[in-house]
Amino acid sequence: MMQNVYLAIPLAPLIAAILAGLLGRVIGRTGAHTVTILGVATSFALSAWVLKGMLVDGVATYNAPVYTWLVADGIQMQVGFLIDHLTALMMCVVTFVSLMVHIYTIGYMHEDPGYQRFFAYISLFTFAMLMLVMSNNFLQLFFGWEAVGLVSYLLIGFWFTRPTAIFANMKAFLVNRVGDFGFLLGIAAIVHFTGSLDYGVAFHAAPLIAHQSFTLFEGQPWNAMTVVCICLFIGAMGKSAQVPLHVWLPDSMEGPTPISALIHAATMVTAGIFMVARMSPLFELSETALGFVMVIGATTALFMGFLGIVNNDIKRVVAYSTLSQLGYMTVALGASAYAAGIFHLMTHAFFKALLFLGAGSVIVAMHHEQDMRHMGGLRKYLPITYWTSLLGALALIGFPGFSGFFSKDALIEAVSLSHAPGASYALFCVTAGVFITALYTFRMIFMTFHGEERMDAHTREHLHESPWVITLPLVLLAIPSVVIGWFTVGPVLFGGYFDGAIFVLPQHNVLAEIGREYDGQGGFILNAFRSPAIYLAFAGVASAWFLYLKRPDIPAALRLKLAPLYRVLDNKYWFDWFNENVIAGGARGIGRLFWRVGDEMVIDGALVNGSARSVGWLAAVTRHIQSGYLYHYAFAMIIGLAAMLAWMLSQA
Amino acid sequence: MLTTILFYVFAAMLVGASIGVVLSRNPVHAALFLVLAFFESAALWLLLEAEFLGIVLVLVYVGAVMVLFLFVIMMLDVDLEELRAGLTRYAPLGALVAGIMIAEIAYVVWARHLGLNFPVDAPLPPEHYSNVHALGTILYTDYMLPFQLAAVVLLIAIVAAIALTMRHRPGYKRQDVSAQVAVRRNDRLRIVKVDAEKYQ
Amino acid sequence: MIGLPHFLLLAGVLFSIAVAGIFLNRKNVIVLLMCIELMLLAVNFNFIAFSHWLGDIHGQVFVFFILTVAAAESAIGLAILVVLFRERKSINVENLDTMRG
Repeated sequence: MMQNVYLAIPLAPLIAAILAGLLGRVIGRTGAHTVTILGVATSFALSAWVLKGMLVDGVATYNAPVYTWLVADGIQMQVGFLIDHLTALMMCVVTFVSLMVHIYTIGYMHEDPGYQRFFAYISLFTFAMLMLVMSNNFLQLFFGWEAVGLVSYLLIGFWFTRPTAIFANMKAFLVNRVGDFGFLLGIAAIVHFTGSLDYGVAFHAAPLIAHQSFTLFEGQPWNAMTVVCICLFIGAMGKSAQVPLHVWLPDSMEGPTPISALIHAATMVTAGIFMVARMSPLFELSETALGFVMVIGATTALFMGFLGIVNNDIKRVVAYSTLSQLGYMTVALGASAYAAGIFHLMTHAFFKALLFLGAGSVIVAMHHEQDMRHMGGLRKYLPITYWTSLLGALALIGFPGFSGFFSKDALIEAVSLSHAPGASYALFCVTAGVFITALYTFRMIFMTFHGEERMDAHTREHLHESPWVITLPLVLLAIPSVVIGWFTVGPVLFGGYFDGAIFVLPQHNVLAEIGREYDGQGGFILNAFRSPAIYLAFAGVASAWFLYLKRPDIPAALRLKLAPLYRVLDNKYWFDWFNENVIAGGARGIGRLFWRVGDEMVIDGALVNGSARSVGWLAAVTRHIQSGYLYHYAFAMIIGLAAMLAWMLSQA
Repeated sequence: MLTTILFYVFAAMLVGASIGVVLSRNPVHAALFLVLAFFESAALWLLLEAEFLGIVLVLVYVGAVMVLFLFVIMMLDVDLEELRAGLTRYAPLGALVAGIMIAEIAYVVWARHLGLNFPVDAPLPPEHYSNVHALGTILYTDYMLPFQLAAVVLLIAIVAAIALTMRHRPGYKRQDVSAQVAVRRNDRLRIVKVDAEKYQ
Repeated sequence: MIGLPHFLLLAGVLFSIAVAGIFLNRKNVIVLLMCIELMLLAVNFNFIAFSHWLGDIHGQVFVFFILTVAAAESAIGLAILVVLFRERKSINVENLDTMRG
């Protein structure tokens, strides 16, 4: 019975996607959105029921195969489900945000000719993400991984007639591919060491793997577990957009805003975080890998935040914010505070989706204008959007009591207590990042909703609040952004919610240390005032108010004064330049080399044409022997005779 | 002693004459140089006690073949101007090849002595030795058949030479023997019935 | 003392000069034929010399036949030359290249 429920959860959106996708024209717009919303709502209801079962009724973890696809060389390739607390949490988050986005899309994509296609895609995405989180083996995980990448490609390039959209979706897919390559290497290493794709087998064999060494290059043996974990993490770097594979996320804003909220804030990019948390039995056994994870995450957290300060596109600011927050989650994973990372994932899903959808509401109201320099003072025209976005922003910066506060502060404290390699660097980054986060978030809020109105008169006349299909999801997302932290921080972080799902070695267990001194949410809030984070957040808000509301001339002056620094940020640390010119240009250059030199010059010129030409040349030379002149022939005979004589004389 | 001097004199003139044949611009000069070469060779052959052949060389070769050459040279109206040019372009190469050949032959003949042991002196001919007699004896007994064949070769040469150079000028009346033989009575003779008439 | 090598060398020199002559002259077919006669003469020398030093008359018999054949051959060669001249009105060797490959 439970198996049917578990099967229904991913299959409902899949069937809805197929119907909306293939029969879109038949069932029409209303039919498409109805069937997909029904599918996702079913999934959400069932996921919530599963979660209730786990929390309230104490339903045990479910780990069983559903269907064996094939058996190759003793390796079982199956479809199976592993439903434990971690899975249940992810399922609820995914389906809830997906449902909100589905409802929102009715309003946002109202005039778009590809309406049914869009609903089919986001439903398909929901199916893929659910398969990813519910899987109990690496193959299904990889299937879900690739499928979400595919749907992300389809959705980023949804408006496929725009060249920027096509560039962005290819970039996303290709950068993801680089990550997937590492991921595949990690899976292959698992299969090599354990002979199975199943999670359980891999986790059981983990201590044995950790004692083996793996020689990648001559004379340099690496710990096998380190190799496996780093390869798996490379996949997470691609999917969760960590430096240097982060370049695709800002460009992915070419897609419609609902998918920015769904895929690139709440769900797909968190797949990497989920994967590392799921693989905690493996990661815990390799300190090197944990240190690597932490350093990459910290770098992403801080340096992507910087880029959010100088960007003027409202969606891109939120995108850089997403990159920064993903870095935070990664840092938590590196500090072995997996629960904190997943907790932040959950709260972030809500408030970041809220911020994206709010930005989308602004964009719709401004007739698809995205530049913040042309906005301002919108709060009196779009009140619901304003208040919900403000709540989301407060959650993001970690205002005390909001959900983001609990997750972020727990995270920073966990890092401060961690002894993993690179912890002090990470602590610096996440702490400084709090200031930067507050700065760019409230820069966005102030530039968009406060201050003088910089839009043209025509747009101002048409400003009105968005319809209920858009504002309802905003409200529904604002609620958990505010309250879910309060209610879940205790059990999730310190109450053993993830016992059995996430494995932490005792010496790494920083959350347990924090948990020993934990005495409720109130105490947590009071404790926060003893650390610098909250003051940095307030300072960030104050700076944003000063720079963008009180004295808007200062940012322009700063830009001139700090021009080299501004240039570094403007070029996004030259990652894009490097990828386009060195890597892509290099690949094109090698291709051109093989074409011009290898193909045209060597094969066509020297081998094919050259051999023909040399035959012709030889014939032209040899032709002179048959001159028709008798005396030439006689002379040739004489020369031959002389030569033969000489040879015979030299022999004897 | 005398033979040595004679040999060298005749040999020098022979080589000089042959070089003259090769390098002459005028074909008549070349033919005359060749005649000189044959005379020298005949003299040398006399030194080698091959008297018959020496005389045959003069009579047949010079007397018949070279005369024939001269006939043909005189008969052909050759443009002398054209003949003068273009001899020296390949002279080095020709000289080189000739030099190589001489060197090789000298190496074999002189240095290595043909790998054989020769008596330095030629065997003396017996008493009453007649070269003509010796040659005739062997020619008409052991080499009878080749002798006849040589005659046939000469016959063929005559026939071939005539056949090659025969020209059919228009307006010539010639006999066509096969047509004569193939004629039929009715082509030549026609019997006509004529009434007898008295001549008055 | 004049020995066999002298005569053989002389014949060799004669032969080489005749070969060079064939190669060198391009303008005159008649000189070509004359050089062929010279070559035959050189070979005859060899035969006579060997016949003298070996005391064997057979060498001279061979020379006899060579002389016969040479005569016949020069007659035919000149006949061909005459016909050629009738057609081409020239005895330039360089024009005789119809066998060009």
